[in-house]
Amino acid sequence: MTEIIPAEGIFGLLWVLIALPAAGAVILLFGGRRTNSWGPYLGVLTVVGSAVLGVLMLLAMMDQPAEERTVIQNVYDWVFVGSFQASFALQLDQLSMVFVLLITIVGALIHIYSLGYMSHDPDRRKFFGYLNLFVAAMLILVLANNYLLLYVGWEGVGLASYLLIGFWQQKPTAAAAAKKAFIINRVGDVGLSLAIMLIFVTFGSITFQDVFGQASEASEGTLTAIGLLLLLAAAGKSAQFPLQAWLLDAMEGPTPVSALIHAATMVTAGVYLIARSNAIYDAAAWAATAVVVVGLITIFMGAIIGSAKDDIKKSLAGSTMSQIGYMVFAAGLGPIGYVFAIFHLLTHGVFKAGLFLGAGSVMHGMNDNVNMRRYGALKGVMVITFITFMAGYLAIIGIPPFSGFWSKDEIIHAAFERNWVIGAAAILAAGITGFYMTRMIAMTFFGKKRWEDDAHPHESPAVMTIPLIILAIGSTFLGMALLFWGNIEEWLEPVVGYESVPTPLPTFFYIVVTLVVVIIGAIIGWVMYARKDVPVEAPRGNALTRAARQDLYGDAVNDLLVVEPTYRTAQALTTFDTKAVDGFVNWTATFVGDLARRLRRSQSGFARSYALSMVGGALIVALALILVRL
Amino acid sequence: MNPANYVLLSALLFSIGAIGVLVRRNAIIVFMSVELMLNAANLAFVAFARMNGNLDGQVVAFFVMVVAAAEVVVGLAIIVTIFRTRRSASIDEPNLLKY
Amino acid sequence: MTGGEVGTGEAIVFWVSGTLAVIGALGMVISRKAVHSALFIALTMVNLAILYVANAAPFLGMVQIIVYTGAVMMLFLFVLMVVGVDSSDSLIETIKGQRVAGLLLGIGFSILLVAGIGNGLMETSSVGLDAANAAQGGNVEGLAALMFGPYLIAFEVTAALLITAAMGAMILTHRERWMPRRTQRELSQERFASGGHPGQLPPPGVYARHNAVDTPALLPDGSTSDLSIPEPLRAREDVRDVDQADIEEVRQLSAGSSSTEGEDR
Repeated sequence: MTEIIPAEGIFGLLWVLIALPAAGAVILLFGGRRTNSWGPYLGVLTVVGSAVLGVLMLLAMMDQPAEERTVIQNVYDWVFVGSFQASFALQLDQLSMVFVLLITIVGALIHIYSLGYMSHDPDRRKFFGYLNLFVAAMLILVLANNYLLLYVGWEGVGLASYLLIGFWQQKPTAAAAAKKAFIINRVGDVGLSLAIMLIFVTFGSITFQDVFGQASEASEGTLTAIGLLLLLAAAGKSAQFPLQAWLLDAMEGPTPVSALIHAATMVTAGVYLIARSNAIYDAAAWAATAVVVVGLITIFMGAIIGSAKDDIKKSLAGSTMSQIGYMVFAAGLGPIGYVFAIFHLLTHGVFKAGLFLGAGSVMHGMNDNVNMRRYGALKGVMVITFITFMAGYLAIIGIPPFSGFWSKDEIIHAAFERNWVIGAAAILAAGITGFYMTRMIAMTFFGKKRWEDDAHPHESPAVMTIPLIILAIGSTFLGMALLFWGNIEEWLEPVVGYESVPTPLPTFFYIVVTLVVVIIGAIIGWVMYARKDVPVEAPRGNALTRAARQDLYGDAVNDLLVVEPTYRTAQALTTFDTKAVDGFVNWTATFVGDLARRLRRSQSGFARSYALSMVGGALIVALALILVRL
Repeated sequence: MNPANYVLLSALLFSIGAIGVLVRRNAIIVFMSVELMLNAANLAFVAFARMNGNLDGQVVAFFVMVVAAAEVVVGLAIIVTIFRTRRSASIDEPNLLKY
Repeated sequence: MTGGEVGTGEAIVFWVSGTLAVIGALGMVISRKAVHSALFIALTMVNLAILYVANAAPFLGMVQIIVYTGAVMMLFLFVLMVVGVDSSDSLIETIKGQRVAGLLLGIGFSILLVAGIGNGLMETSSVGLDAANAAQGGNVEGLAALMFGPYLIAFEVTAALLITAAMGAMILTHRERWMPRRTQRELSQERFASGGHPGQLPPPGVYARHNAVDTPALLPDGSTSDLSIPEPLRAREDVRDVDQADIEEVRQLSAGSSSTEGEDR
């Protein structure tokens, strides 16, 4: 088993990783307008600082033997209530290390990009404050050593997501999208709270070490319940079916937000949760199967939706939904898939961030127009953007030697290790991925110009293109780097476990079939969108296209199942309150008034009437007294 | 004859006084009925003093007389004052407590 | 008439005085004129004083007559004079149901009291006040011993009450004089200014030689005064003639008395 090494040396600065962006957030958000001039730079510096620290810690960790790479640092004794104990303690092991690097490095690049992208926005200091808040919360999430602290980070990223999606709060669509994201996330959060409660009741502790050590001793029913609840939480945060409706609306936020939160990091928190809780899923087969099913459904949903959207960001969002579906799918496969889920998470984080930032660059050049039907033939005008975007494109569809190929093919291979049906489904989805990504680049960069009259596309400034270039390099080489030089399977194996089951056919076979299917998909996309002219007005399309444009009726279903009943209940309660409760109260008042009006007449003002009632009263009292004594 | 007969007589006079208060409209007659009630109570006290064999009842009757006298003084003064303004001695006249 | 048991003499006194007291009470309640009511209640009070004396409370009986009947009832009569002795209550009841309810309640109350007393007191024995009266050497001394002994505080407080009542009555009935008091001269000037008859109407018999109602009085100059005949007789022309001798006598009297005019008054 892994030993825990003390937090000494560079690891003693573990808490600084979180403290830097947290301090940045506090200073920028509470500092107010005084920090407007230098605020954005401070925001960039804090995350860069955390990135540097993260790299140093990686180097230190690589020096340690594989069995001794878990560092736990107790920052603060937080909740100690009876037998419920949760410290603010940070756990750095191989799994959280890769996440820390992803969050801080990609985060730093996006912060730098935002200096250029948000340079004209009057509220950009607040923007950097929120971004720093997000980075701090996400780091708490991945560095927590117990479920409660993870929940703190979980809520924190949810909050940051809400604030950032609704950053342009004066736009009603943005405010509504932020609300929608938060509410749907909340549904998942309920799953996480219930899971934590159930874990505490079952295991008596919520620290990862304790829970995973005793995981095999609990009953399978309990573990299945915990696993399903954690799946609900992951589905909410990672926009998996059935809680996927918020991700496409979340594109209302600025593009760096979409890149950082809704592509690279926050939406991967669900995958992290499942991977971290691998001990539970290993012991509850039904829960793991549920994870696979959810992932598979989402892969196809995301791909189909992404194929029909004309908004470049929404199409990329559909793609994100699909790719995370791949990760969740792989995580559900068990020890044969955890490593590859994380591997794909890392490569996807880099190339999807690059794609989103590239889309932002295109939008920046096209006056913030997102409609791909108004793009076309941009490859000559925005060269750096085009090249970096192509790198991301090749990575996502899985063309060797780009990074996506290595990770996605491993997942497909792992699928075949389990069952050829799901393997075939995964290959088909890869083909659809090829189709819609080719459609995207064909409509954007190739074909004929379909620009609007006031569009003057130009390349973006260096502060935006340099991060693009760095991410493109990552999209190209990261896969090979992690697999061959970093030995990702060995690296993660102590934490999540790794198995390899032989497949009926040799691995090479699956690679070739996948490539063929992907290339067929790409050719179809090319023919439909680069060879043929793309109409500026969207054609009606067949039933599937129309359904996909409506997000496969996800919103309609949510409306029907959740919104309408809640609305009706609220209306019924309001009517009840007005008619029954108010009515009753008002009736009491009128009743008292009527009674008073009637009783008032006995006040005649005549002293003799009063004397009469006095004598009557005396009579009754005397009667009572005498009767008692008789 | 039983000494308690005096108390019965007192009860009878008291009731007659009460009826007088209720049925007469002239304020002074009502006041006189109240005096009758007080006198009936005095008779009862004296009878009880005789029945119990000590003079406490008579002392109390004496005090009742004093207080009744004081009450008559003030009550009649009030009636006179009201009569001066309203020129009527009916107690149905001042019905300002009417709703 | 002292002692516990009731002797025959006392029984007779009780029945007579008691009956008179009840009659007085009923009379007071039923009388139409207010003065009659006052007199009836005076009758009741006197009878009650007799009953007090019969119960070995001579001092109280005397106080009852002196203070209650003598002072308080006279006070009532004075106020009746202020209010108007002529005023009589109309016996029509204005408040609906008051009379019936009052009678019912009053009778019910009496029945209740009588029943209660009858139930409780009929079997008791009476001690009598012989010993108590003799203890201090008399009824008055006995009362004084109690009053200035255990009941001293009550005594003092009651005294304060009396003073307060007297002051209260003075304040309540005080009438502030807003204008200077009209002198007799002013009063008589007002009387004559209105042009009405200056003095009292001459009653029949002024300078009258007869005291018959239908014989007119004679004025100083010998003429008859029609005003001294009541209206109905005047209207009927039922006026008797006056003797001439009387007229002569009157003229003489008035001529002789003209020098002494001012003294008579």
